[in-house]
Order: sequence, then structure tokens, then C-alpha cells
Amino acid sequence: MIETSQLTKRYGSFTAVDGISFKVEPGQVLGFLGPNGAGKSTTMKMIAGFLAPTAGSAKVCGHDVESQPIEAKRALGYLPEGAPSYGEMTPRSFLEFIADVRGLAGERRKQRIDDVIGRLQLEGVLGQSIDTLSKGFKRRVGLAQAILHDPPALILDEPTDGLDPNQKHEVRSLINAMAPDKIIIISTHILEEVHAVCTRAVVIAGGKLLADATPAELEARSRYHGAVSLTAHNTGAAREALARVADIDSIEIDPQDHRITAFPKKGRAIFTAISEVLKSQNIAVSELQLEAGRLDEVFRAITLPHAKEARA
Amino acid sequence: MSPVSTVFRRELASYFATPVAYVFIVIFLILAGAMTFYFGGFYERGQADLQPFFSFHPWLYLFLVPAIAMRLWAEERKSGTIELLLTLPITMWQAVLAKFLAAWAFIAIALALTFPIWITVNYLGDPDNGVIVASYLGSLLMAGAFLAIGSCLSAATRNQVVAFILTVVICFLLLLAGFPLVLGFFQSFLPQGVVDAIAGLSLFAHFQAISKGVVDLRDLIYFALAIGVWLYATAIVIDLKKAD
Repeated sequence: MIETSQLTKRYGSFTAVDGISFKVEPGQVLGFLGPNGAGKSTTMKMIAGFLAPTAGSAKVCGHDVESQPIEAKRALGYLPEGAPSYGEMTPRSFLEFIADVRGLAGERRKQRIDDVIGRLQLEGVLGQSIDTLSKGFKRRVGLAQAILHDPPALILDEPTDGLDPNQKHEVRSLINAMAPDKIIIISTHILEEVHAVCTRAVVIAGGKLLADATPAELEARSRYHGAVSLTAHNTGAAREALARVADIDSIEIDPQDHRITAFPKKGRAIFTAISEVLKSQNIAVSELQLEAGRLDEVFRAITLPHAKEARA
Repeated sequence: MSPVSTVFRRELASYFATPVAYVFIVIFLILAGAMTFYFGGFYERGQADLQPFFSFHPWLYLFLVPAIAMRLWAEERKSGTIELLLTLPITMWQAVLAKFLAAWAFIAIALALTFPIWITVNYLGDPDNGVIVASYLGSLLMAGAFLAIGSCLSAATRNQVVAFILTVVICFLLLLAGFPLVLGFFQSFLPQGVVDAIAGLSLFAHFQAISKGVVDLRDLIYFALAIGVWLYATAIVIDLKKAD
């Protein structure tokens, strides 16, 4: 379990992280969302034992990061922001170095190194210096280093930043494969990633924890949640037909592609009513979709007031 | 294997991963040789000892050791690997010590490669080899003290040039502390006790004492303390500056 309690970091009068408390259990993948400079990385650095908290505490698998730093660091795999590694080393010598510092020895050392090389597909670049690798490979070397000792807890700061879509998909699959028996915290500002890997998401802005929910719960906060979008051949007719559905609160039409979005009155479901009206009026639609909610909109709604506050 | 020896071996290997190590060693050997023969008058003195060789070491180290030390922590901070290193299960002390020892071992290798001059002087005459061993020890200890100072200043900045210049200046002041020029200045307004204390801080005086062949415990303690204190300061500075 990773647990923080009123975790706070101040630099002089500036509060980078302000009393953040949460718990992550094995099997959970927690996503840290937030604008740049929100305090995501600072929080992760404190849990990883790199920065000392100004106040509050963090525990990794029961070990307090300040009073039992070595035990906490042993239990944790950490990918720092930007995936730093020693550029003059080759991935093989780098991984061997990490294995030695982590105290892996003998058969297990060899088996773990081979395992991460296979998982992150590093076979082709093992003998090349890390400096000469592409951004994607550098990131994979960083990830390999983090999971090398098969830690019960993982903290990955922007694990897919700078990867191409295929590599992103691979890294997400890797995280999903490890998820069932590990405690994982990832930070990201790519919202689709939350859907792809996270079982839970917290939104941080201005150093404060503003929301802590499952991705579905966050989406339910969107005004698009339960809305119905459709594209009709005859937009005008479709609009008139929709006016007959009593539970519709408002209708918006995209000025560019004439896509119609109907928003329900609070707590009402409108999908069935709309599809029946369209059928009875013989209105042809090329697409009809029930919206789950839009995370980017929820993200903006939660974090924007804080961004303005910070600027004021 | 202990984390100290693991980090030590990685660091030492990293010196030889780039041409910098070889360039450094070649420059060190050329300068050490040139100073001995041209400025020290190795042949002209007609004495079978290595005094002209060792007497230039403080001035040689003044520029070469900071060049090694400047990258110790500044580079780790710049590339972000400091975050990787300090979140591995090792203590700050182990990291500081391992990196320092690796740099010191590298200088020791460069120093050891001056062995032909030892062979030369033994071939030409009958020197006191005890004095030469003591001088090598003193030289290495002085390099260690310079290096510990450089380690601390390297931790204070991510700019290697700044680290280099600050280290040269502080090492220069510590070297000069025992010279009449500096002591005379302090004598004009400080009590004799304090002036003696400043003279006692001089790296040069302690190095000279050892290189005369007298390995006095006080001189050894002086160097051990100097290295210890500056490494302790390194750990403190890293802790303070980690956030930026």
C-alpha cells in the first residue's frame, strides 16, 4: 500500500504540494492528473524519497519514507520525469548496475534482467550507448530500470511522454499486465491514458487534491454525461423532431459538421426516447451515440478555477 | 556487493567510457614531466631524489583536480540522474563517498602512471625510496582534499564551469594560507593565535611535511579531516539543493 497523509512541500512562501492525502491498494492503478506545475511530480518525488516533505508523511508498503528510507526505496520502483539514465552506459551495463545496487544476485539477477529486456524489447539496442538511443528506447530503458527488482509498488512519472502511438500502446499493455498484483501510480496529462490504464484518478491543481474518483465517476461529472449525439442527413428536421422529446434540456449544433448534441434534463435518460422519435419521423441518421462524458471537459472544469487563482 | 562498491565501479568505469579520461591522464603526465625537467632542474640538481617532481604537484592539482571534480555532482543534477541515484536503496553518505572514491581512484591511477620517473631516478642514482613513497602518499592525500572541496562545490551548482572556477579559487586560497604573503596580511590585524590557526590550515605546509619523508600523524589527521568535512558539506549541499 502507498499512503500519504497531509503531504506538504513548501519552498519559502510558495506551497508546491498542499496537504495531499490518499491511499493506493494493490491492484489499483492510480492516475495523477493535473496541469503542468500542479505538484504531481513533487508529490511523486516525496513518495520516492528524493525530496523531504515539509509536513505530513508518506508510506510505501508500511515503511515511512523519512524514518525508514532504505526499506521504502527497496519496495518501490521509480521512473523519474524524463527517464534519466547514464548516457555513456549501454542498456545492459546500466541494468546490471541497477541490479547490483538493488542487491539482486546469481540466477535471480540474470533472470530479472532477461525478463525486463524481453518485456521492453530492448534486445536490439543492448550494446549501444544510451546517449545514441531514440527517445522511445531511452524511456523504455528507464521503465526497465524501474521494474527490474519486481517491486510491489511502482511510481511512474509520465511513462508514455514522447512515445509514438504504438509504443504508448505497448507501455500501457505492460502497465495493465503488471496491474493486478501491484500498487501503481502514474502521472500523465494525456487524458485518454486514464481510460486505458487507470482504475482510479486524482486531479491535482495548485498543489491541492481536487478530485479522487474512478474514471467513470469523473466522466459522470461532465455535462456530456448521458447526452446523445447524432448526425442527420436533414439537420433541420432532426432538430424539430428532437423538440418533441420532453426530457431534453437543450440542444447544441456543431457549426462545422452539423453534429447535434442533445443534453438531458438532470437525472433523465433520453437515448431510447430519441431513437424512437427518429424512427417514427423517418429521419435518417448516419450516426447516433450515447455520450459517456468528456474527461477533458471535466478536467478543465476542475482545474481552471485554480489556474485563474494562481494567476490572480 | 555493497552499494558503495557498485556505485564506485560504475563511476570509475564512466571516466574511461569517454576520451576525457585519457586526455586528462596524458596532460597530467606531460605537465608533471615537463615541470620536473624544465622548472625543477631534475638533471641539473645532480641529486637522486624526486623533490623537483613532487614540488610542482600542488600547482598541477590546482587546475587538474577541479577539472575532474566539477562534473561529480553538477552533471548528475543536470542530466537528472541524481534523482535516479538517490531513489535507489542507498544512503546519501554511500553515494557521496562512492563518487568521491571513484574520482580519487582515477587520480591515483594517473599518479601511479608517473612510475617511470621513479625507475629513472633509481637507475641514475640511489635515492631514499622511503621519502618517495611518503611523497606519493602526500601527493595523493592532497589530491583527495582538493577533490573533496570540488565535490562540495560541484554539488552547489549545475554549471560545471562555475564549479571549476570556485574550486580553483578555494584550493588556491587554502594552498596559500601558509605563505608569508597571506600570513603577513592577517598578522596586521589578527592575534597571533588566529594567524597560527590559518597557517595550520595550509594544504601546502602539510603536503611539504609529508613529502620530506616524515609521515606525521597530525598531517594525516589534517587531510582525513579536510576530506571528511568537505564530504560532509557535500551531503548537506546536495540535500539543500535537491529541489531546484
